[in-house]
Amino acid sequence: MNRFDYVRPATIPEAIAAGAMHGAAYLAAGTNLVDLMKGGVMRPGRLVDITRLPGLDRIEALPDGGVRIGMLVRNADLAYDADFARRFPAVAEALLSGASAQLRNAATLGGNLLQRTRCAYFYDTASACNKRDPGAGCDALGGENRLHAILGWSEHCIAMHPSDLAVPLAALGAVVEAEGAGGRRDIPMEDFHRLPGTTPERETELQPGELVTAVRLPADAAGFAGHARYLKVRERTSYAFAVVSAAAALRMQDGVIAEARIALGGVALKPWRARAAEAALAGATPDAGAFRRAAEAALADARPSGDNAFKIELARRIVVRALTLAAAGTPQRMPALPASPFAGASTHV
Amino acid sequence: MSLSITLTINGAERAITLDDPRITLLDLLRERLDLTGAKKGCDRGQCGACTVLVDGRRVNACLALAISHDGADILTIEGVMQDGQLHPVQAAFIAHDALQCGFCTPGQIMSAIGMIREGHAGDDPERVREAMSGNLCRCGAYIGITDAVLDAQRSMSGASQKEAA
Repeated sequence: MNRFDYVRPATIPEAIAAGAMHGAAYLAAGTNLVDLMKGGVMRPGRLVDITRLPGLDRIEALPDGGVRIGMLVRNADLAYDADFARRFPAVAEALLSGASAQLRNAATLGGNLLQRTRCAYFYDTASACNKRDPGAGCDALGGENRLHAILGWSEHCIAMHPSDLAVPLAALGAVVEAEGAGGRRDIPMEDFHRLPGTTPERETELQPGELVTAVRLPADAAGFAGHARYLKVRERTSYAFAVVSAAAALRMQDGVIAEARIALGGVALKPWRARAAEAALAGATPDAGAFRRAAEAALADARPSGDNAFKIELARRIVVRALTLAAAGTPQRMPALPASPFAGASTHV
Repeated sequence: MSLSITLTINGAERAITLDDPRITLLDLLRERLDLTGAKKGCDRGQCGACTVLVDGRRVNACLALAISHDGADILTIEGVMQDGQLHPVQAAFIAHDALQCGFCTPGQIMSAIGMIREGHAGDDPERVREAMSGNLCRCGAYIGITDAVLDAQRSMSGASQKEAA
């Protein structure tokens, strides 16, 4: 690990000033950052410890019926907040499908959104990676890439974003609150992460030093609570990143779908909102034919970036399966294996 | 840059001056404080051998920078015995032969103690396996581990009911 200066500001303005300095990185739980520093993948000259900043560890009900989640709220605390989980069950299910209990006890909301890709070539400092070293090339192209992106990738980067949490957040129209030298602003979750294009080193819309302070879910997102699921395929039963995942949420009215929300995980360098699939389901009867058409629409632009063509059909099937589960209704109790297609039949899966 | 922190470790308050901000909680425990129960397996948050409780919650000590945990209350495997008696989870691991080489065992036990405190798994082997998935055992003692954790949880909930009565 490289040497670094350590500062622990007491206020958000102090943190932003310290975070704007060249080579600075914000430290929350460090579950991803410390790991990357141990591998020499990230070498920040200054860590700005934001864990003591006031007011960022709360889950607040907003007067309009929405909810505001502070960036320091731990993943486990959000997932097990009974009121939050009742209103936004797909978000809780996604949280509990990620990492291990130890990591969920530490990792924060902000850190989850800002975690880096798990592409092995990004992690291996002996490999070429445009994200780590702009202009160096991409050894994932033509390498071991069966888990890499099938949507939105470029010749410069075929990595995928590993967050489960971000997937239902994108589907439900969440908004990221950020604060920087220029003041506060809102960034829609859907636009927060950038596709790689020619600048894969630029991962989010944040400006240097800008600090994520909270995520808001709008009131209408709770309207999907009765029919909302997150479904994730992993290479082992638990404690693994998604090969493919999907968040599906339906607002039902008189037996037909009034509104659908769908986003995919594990397919791109950002949570992939499938608006064409959502449009295909509006007004439809929830049946296998409609779900398959939605899945076709969701993956219409997909193309393999290597040995991963199987992920395209897998993603279609996961969309169909997630929609089928959502239509059957959100279970009263989370399955033993949250978000797993291998969970028991007794839990609607 | 002040590198002085105060930690409560197994009930005792310790004033500690770190010589480097890079020191993890795991290295502090093992290398400075001679508490070698928490193990360094992967050192990257993947194996769970370093699991300790921080403010009552199980975490991976290998990914926690000590400097950032000023004021925290740490419980390690060295601190779980009470009045010379094994913790019920320790006793259950022995009763169920829930280990082979024993390297992962302190992490398994601390994780199980944290899991029982969290209280989400219930008396369900499938939920216990999922809740313990952050602790790898390369000897493959998982069957005994699951049985031990379930058994300890039952005995602890029975004991607390007796106390309440």
